[in-house]
Amino acid sequence: MLRRRVIACLDVADGRVVKGTRFVDLVDEGDPPELAERYADEGADELVFLDITAAPERRGTLLDIVERTARRAFIPLTVGGGVRSVSEMRDVLRAGADKVAINTAAVADPTLINRCAGRFGRQAVVVAIDARSVAPGAWEVVVKGGRQATGLDAVAWARRAADLGAGELLVTSIDRDGTGSGFDTDLLRAITSGVRVPVIASGGAAGPDDFVAAVRDGGADAVLAASIFHRRIHAIADVKAAMAAAGLPVRLVPAAVA
Amino acid sequence: MTARPRIAVVDYGAGNLVSIDQALTTVGADVTVVRDGEALRGADAVIVPGVGAAAPAMARLDARGLTEPLRAWLAADRPFLGICLGLQLLFDGSDEDGAATLGVVPGRTVRLDDAPTLPHIGWNQVERRRPHALFDGIADGADFYFVHSYVGAPDAGAADLVLATTDHGGAFTSAVARGSLLGVQFHPERSGRDGLRLLANFVDLVRAA
Repeated sequence: MLRRRVIACLDVADGRVVKGTRFVDLVDEGDPPELAERYADEGADELVFLDITAAPERRGTLLDIVERTARRAFIPLTVGGGVRSVSEMRDVLRAGADKVAINTAAVADPTLINRCAGRFGRQAVVVAIDARSVAPGAWEVVVKGGRQATGLDAVAWARRAADLGAGELLVTSIDRDGTGSGFDTDLLRAITSGVRVPVIASGGAAGPDDFVAAVRDGGADAVLAASIFHRRIHAIADVKAAMAAAGLPVRLVPAAVA
Repeated sequence: MTARPRIAVVDYGAGNLVSIDQALTTVGADVTVVRDGEALRGADAVIVPGVGAAAPAMARLDARGLTEPLRAWLAADRPFLGICLGLQLLFDGSDEDGAATLGVVPGRTVRLDDAPTLPHIGWNQVERRRPHALFDGIADGADFYFVHSYVGAPDAGAADLVLATTDHGGAFTSAVARGSLLGVQFHPERSGRDGLRLLANFVDLVRAA
C-alpha cells in the first residue's frame, strides 16, 4: 500500500538552511547536506529544498548543495525557488534533484508547466501553490514568497496546473506558515477533492496530530514541515507513530545499522 | 572478476544520474557514465536508469548509437539492470506515446488507470512472487520509492519473469528477472538502506557472473 509521506523541508538561503516566520526574520540553522542526511537517517520519506533567496547569480551555490545532498542522502529530493525555465530545471535535475518545484514563474507563464513536463516527464514537475484565505471557503494564490497577490483562485489554479502537466502539488497556507496553528485542512480538502495528482500539505505544522489531520481531513498524500524538525520539537518517528496509530499507512523508520 | 565491477550507467538525458552514481559507488562498483555504444565495451554490467516518456528516450538512445549495442548486450544475457523507464524500455512498446521499445520482454508499457492517485509517487511495498538473490537481506513487503504513471505489463506467456508486484489501485509488476536481465520499477538509488542493499546484491551478482 502506498505510504503517506512525511517530508522534511529545508529553506535555503545563500547555501545555508534558514528559518523565518512567513518568509521573513531569517535565522541560520545549518548546512543543508548535513541536515538532509540527518533527516534521511531519522526516517524522512523525502526532502524538499526551497531556495528562498533564489538570486540567479547564486545559482551555483544551490547546485553545489543539491549535488552534495544527493551524494549523502539516498531519499528523493525536490528543489524549488526561482526556477523560471526548462534549462534551469535541467540544471537542477542534473545536479541530483529528482523533482523541481515551480511557483511564481508558473503563475506568470503557465506554459512553463507543460514545457517542463514535456521535457522531463510530469513526475518531475511539482507546482508549488502559496495560498491565502480571502473569505470562508475561498483562497487566493500569492507569489514572490507571499508578498504579491495574483487574484487567482487557488483551487481553480490547482486544477489547471494538474491539467497542464504538474505531477504533484505543494500547497502552502501562507496564513498558517510558521505560525504552528495547524494545516489549513479546508484548503487542502478543496484542492485534493478536485485533482488526481498527489498533494503535499505545507504551512502550519505544530505537532503530530496536525500531520494526521492534513491526511485524514485534508486528503493530503504527503505532509511537509520544516522548523519543528530542525529544532527537534518533534521527531519524524513521533509524527509517523501518531499517523500509524490513526490508521494511516506510513513507512516505518528503519533502525540504524550499528 | 574484479573486486569492484565496472558498471556502465547509460546517460540518455533522462534525469538525475548523481544518485545512481553515488549509490553504486557506495556499494562497491566503479561507475562509468556512457553516452555512446562504444563505451559499453569493457563494462561488466549495464544499468539503464531514467524517468519520463518512452518515445524521447528511444530517440535519444538511437541518436547516441546505443540501441543496437544494448540489444546485443541483452541478447548475450550479460548482467543488466533497468530502473523505472529503463525497465519499461525492455518491453515491446509503450501505450504512453506509441513508441516501439527494445522488445526483449514480451508485453507493453501501460498506464496505471485504476490508481487512486496518478502519478504514483512515494514509498510502496514490494511483494516477492519468487525468491531471487536481488532481494537477499530485504524483508518481503519492504518499502521502495516509486515515481511513475506507467508500468511494464508482461504478456501472460511471460508471467514467469515477474519477481515482485506492488499494489496501487491493483497489482502491477514492480520487479522482473530472466537470466542476467533484471528490472525494477522503483528507484533503489532513492530507497534508503533497502535500496542500497538491493544495489549491493546486484553488484554481488555481477561479481559472480
